[in-house]
Amino acid sequence: MVGFPILSLITFLPIAGMIIILFLPKDKQNSIRYTTLAITALQVVLAIILMSNYNYSAAGVFEEKSFQFIEKFRWIEISGISWLGTVKIDYFLGIDGISMPMVLLTAIISFIATISSWNIEKSVKGYFALFLLLDTGMMGVFVALDFFLFYIFWELMLLPMYFLIGIWGGPRKEYAAIKFFIYTLFGSVFMLLVMIGLYFSATESLADGSKVFTFNLLALMNQSNFTPDGILSPFNPHNLRFIAYLALFVGFAIKIPMFPFHTWLPDAHVEAPTPISVILAGVLLKMGTYGILRISYPIFPEITKDLIWYIALFGMINIIYGALVALAQKDFKKLIAYSSISHMGYVLLGMASLTSTGINGAILQMFNHGTITAMLFLIVGVVYDRAHTRGIYDFGGLATQMPVYSGFVTVAFFAAIGLPGLSGFISEALVFVGAFSINLIRVLTIISTLGILLGAGYMLWTLQRIFLGPLNEKWTSLPDLDKREYFMFVPLSMIIIFLGVYPSAMLDIMNASVNTLVNFIHSNVSTTLSGF
Amino acid sequence: MIMTESLLVNLSVVVLFLPLLGFATLIFFGKKIPKLYLFEVGILFGALILSIIIMYGKLTYFIDSDIVSKFRWISFSAAPLPGYLNIELGIKLDNIAVIMLVVVNIISSLVHLYSIEYMHGDKRYSRYFAYLGIFTFSMLGIVLTDNILMMYIFWELVGLSSYLLIGFWFEKKSAADASKKAFIVNRVGDIGMFVGILILFFNYNTFSFDSIFEKISAGLLPFGSEAWLTAAGILVFMGAVGKSAQFPLHVWLPDAMEGPTPVSALIHAATMVAAGVYLVARIFVMLTADAMLVIAVIGAFTSFIAATIAITQTDIKKVLAYSTISQLGYMIMSLGVGAYAFAFFHLVTHAFFKACLFLGSGSVIHAMHHEQDIRNMGGLRKKLPITYLTFLISTLAISGVPLTSGFLSKDGILAGTLVFGKLTGHWLIPFFGFTVAALTAFYMFRLVILTFHGEPRDRHKYDHAHESPFVMVAPLAVLATLSIFIFYTPNPIAPDAGWFLGNWVKTPEQVTPHTTRFDFMIPTETESHVHSEIVNSELYTETMHWAHYPAMIMSILLGGLGILIAFVFYQWRKIDIDKLTEKIKPVYNFSLNKWYIDELYEITFIGQTLNFSKALAWFDNNIIDGIVNGSAYVTRYASKLSGLFDIYVVDGLVNFSAFFSGFLGLTFKKLQTGKVQTYVVLVVFSVIILLFFFKPF
Repeated sequence: MVGFPILSLITFLPIAGMIIILFLPKDKQNSIRYTTLAITALQVVLAIILMSNYNYSAAGVFEEKSFQFIEKFRWIEISGISWLGTVKIDYFLGIDGISMPMVLLTAIISFIATISSWNIEKSVKGYFALFLLLDTGMMGVFVALDFFLFYIFWELMLLPMYFLIGIWGGPRKEYAAIKFFIYTLFGSVFMLLVMIGLYFSATESLADGSKVFTFNLLALMNQSNFTPDGILSPFNPHNLRFIAYLALFVGFAIKIPMFPFHTWLPDAHVEAPTPISVILAGVLLKMGTYGILRISYPIFPEITKDLIWYIALFGMINIIYGALVALAQKDFKKLIAYSSISHMGYVLLGMASLTSTGINGAILQMFNHGTITAMLFLIVGVVYDRAHTRGIYDFGGLATQMPVYSGFVTVAFFAAIGLPGLSGFISEALVFVGAFSINLIRVLTIISTLGILLGAGYMLWTLQRIFLGPLNEKWTSLPDLDKREYFMFVPLSMIIIFLGVYPSAMLDIMNASVNTLVNFIHSNVSTTLSGF
Repeated sequence: MIMTESLLVNLSVVVLFLPLLGFATLIFFGKKIPKLYLFEVGILFGALILSIIIMYGKLTYFIDSDIVSKFRWISFSAAPLPGYLNIELGIKLDNIAVIMLVVVNIISSLVHLYSIEYMHGDKRYSRYFAYLGIFTFSMLGIVLTDNILMMYIFWELVGLSSYLLIGFWFEKKSAADASKKAFIVNRVGDIGMFVGILILFFNYNTFSFDSIFEKISAGLLPFGSEAWLTAAGILVFMGAVGKSAQFPLHVWLPDAMEGPTPVSALIHAATMVAAGVYLVARIFVMLTADAMLVIAVIGAFTSFIAATIAITQTDIKKVLAYSTISQLGYMIMSLGVGAYAFAFFHLVTHAFFKACLFLGSGSVIHAMHHEQDIRNMGGLRKKLPITYLTFLISTLAISGVPLTSGFLSKDGILAGTLVFGKLTGHWLIPFFGFTVAALTAFYMFRLVILTFHGEPRDRHKYDHAHESPFVMVAPLAVLATLSIFIFYTPNPIAPDAGWFLGNWVKTPEQVTPHTTRFDFMIPTETESHVHSEIVNSELYTETMHWAHYPAMIMSILLGGLGILIAFVFYQWRKIDIDKLTEKIKPVYNFSLNKWYIDELYEITFIGQTLNFSKALAWFDNNIIDGIVNGSAYVTRYASKLSGLFDIYVVDGLVNFSAFFSGFLGLTFKKLQTGKVQTYVVLVVFSVIILLFFFKPF
């Protein structure tokens, strides 16, 4: 596959699809839908091609030559601006074990979300055009290795998301869309500042030996590239690296979303149409934790090590707080939204451990949460489409009325509870194993195990309210799943069961990179903490 | 047939996965092919035959060696932290595993057979058999595993299967409630178990039982301290507290009676509740004296509480449920006092007679058209002779009457507690043990008398009652037969004279440091270590001999007393039971309402958690989101202010300057009259003024 720009293809294919759709007449709704479906299906195929050509032993993380499917060329070059020197920005794509699962996840979730979008009737053309634009933004974030490019993709995703919630959403869509947009933008501003600060603090040597400032993430990870007096340079005694780390972290934390920056999420989910919720929970939330692993950790390893207790603390708060708030919800979708907050807490906890098991668990949890929560939101969508209500108290006994649907519900719910044999278990277990092995955060880890209990509590309570008990007379005419819905649930369930039984399929991909990342962080830091 | 280790391992893998195959087949095709349930039943009998072969092979050819086979599940290769790491899963065939394998398969296959008729006509008939399949699969996984992670995996799967089966008739709210309760209460225990596993894994870098024990016996303690070893033992034991329904997590079990009765038999005899005892047996060798004492106390207390509740219950299944809790308490207590072999023995004997009792109660309920209240029964022995006979045999066994299996195992446990009392001074434990023996005999005979003896109290239902069909009574007969002593030992008063305890199951030696053991569990150093079998001190062995007959006589006497009182109260009616209950009303109510434990949990843990979660939701909605919305509001307000500023001040200045220049323009435009005369005059005057100032001349 050398030389073939497969990453560009998988990233920009949706844009091509968008252009095709823009040329299609408005009333050809089905052609628009099938075009989108074809594009996203092709993306899945490309992701599988990537996986099958993926070299499991190449680590990536900080070393350019062990990244895979690299595409790198000069993108922007401005010279002769006296005080700025030469501005050179690379178009730099590549994947390693941290991004490969995310690329696969993005492709799968986009495909499923397309199927789920089939019954969108309002301005179909606009919807699918924006949908595909969003797809490009998401994929780009996971393959970009240049901070500038990363930032562009990150912002690119915001715009379609804003309109997709704001136009196709529920009753309070404008409020939710604006809240989402401004909140995320608020985080992006911090990211932008840090990005510019890093740019002016580090240089990269060019082929001709001259040194230029750089956005190259891999160059920024190498601390010897920093200038002696750069504002974010470790060699500068008055550097602002700590503040920059916090600012960057907040930017990512909003996306995760981490307590206390999480309140945009329930609103966005409740108002967003089902497929957009699926994408939001399935992919977008992962960008926050991905960003931390890809950017914050390796660029600021020494600060990361100082802050692991706090990261773990917020992980624990997310787990417990999210679960407790979920327990009090009366809206099915809001409950799932809060359960997402809780489950993303495990990712934070695993990451905080800075161990191989913990970070492997965290990335696997990102993937698993993506598939499981996508399924949960689809489940909400199915019942909302039919009954036009999401009140947990409005239902009862649906298992009698919709047995096939309830079967999938059982799989998804128990996966969310962390039942062994389904994918959620192994990632949570690895997170706990990793986090428990560090003295500093052991107590936080033990408290976090309460999340297992609370998770079972709110999930089973919901399962009972909606699906068990006597059938509510109102719903005796609800049909069971149709073919289209069947196609959304089957692949997700298969992934959930497969990874539950054979997690190595995913772990083997990321293991080399995670080991390298852990080594990299620990070897870059001279000070050591207790517990290592 | 030549038995090799790999053959036994392969066979046991087949046995493990057969019920899962049945589950998958029935889930996917059960609706289309209605007769498919027979496939599941057939599979189970196949598994039974294979497991008997495995047991035979193991106990014949490899009686003193364990067979372990592992494979790598997850590899982290050279992980920097916590070091080189692989997660392995595997199968361990030791004597208790192969015996348990057979026990589980006997009971599961009989329950399958029984269910064909009992569940006949249910609208989710094939689904029911599918669930039985996954339940059996989960339990077999627990039995066969060689490591604690896999134990936990199957442990949770048992939780899932019990959820599905207890809530099988989920249209009933009570059934849905009960299944949820079972799962969540079990999860409480599982958290403890999980943390215990984390402690073990962190310290030993392995999940394998054998490797963990090896490292402990080499002197490696968790976090280097004996206290942590105790803690690890107690935490893992918490899992058993949940699954084996020990106080304070026993509350799920009586509610679990909402499931179909054959399921209750399965849960109470071979799967689920047995899992907890099995787990404690598995980790027995790493328990310190402190941990064992905790276990013994919890077991003894549980068996006492449950027995006191059972004596007033009026639902036939509830009585049996509490008796299960009580008997499980016995087993746990027995493990706690170090009588490992007797605990396991009781697990096996109890499995058969309790399964028989539950299936018997199912037969009664079936015959009485879903009547479960024993106050509406009576006289059924004439209508249900086979059910009566088998039920009676099992009742004799559970009451510890000689010639039954229960007598043997119970006697051993009581002797064990007596020895424990004598050697450690904890006399309360044998006291509970013997009290419960009397109570058990009393409430079980109360049950038998009220159900089968006397005159029928509900004529109508009695008249329509009839003996159950063959597939239902055949399992009863098999199980009742297995409750007779001869299957375990040829000598009906010496449990350890037979093959079961004499050859197959022996108490293993602790691996914990000597300082953390009970003194009596430290083997006596003899000059020639010929008696390698002796795992306890000689003092213990002597005391056991001393305790044998006193324990036996006391248990017979107390059992007899219980039976006698039951007859006095309910058969001969020498004492008016209603008047008696009236006199001791508070005590009676305390027992009838199960010590108000459910109510206590309702207002404390459950209520408080829900209140707290509501408060947090309010906090989230109003404070955290309030800050977000508030800051948005402040921003908007500030922007409005700056808008006003913009309009009135900034723009005001601009407008003012425009206005001012306009004003000037207006003023000065008056000068521009267009008349030449005026301009001339102005020019002349200007010139004069200029000349006046500049004075050029």
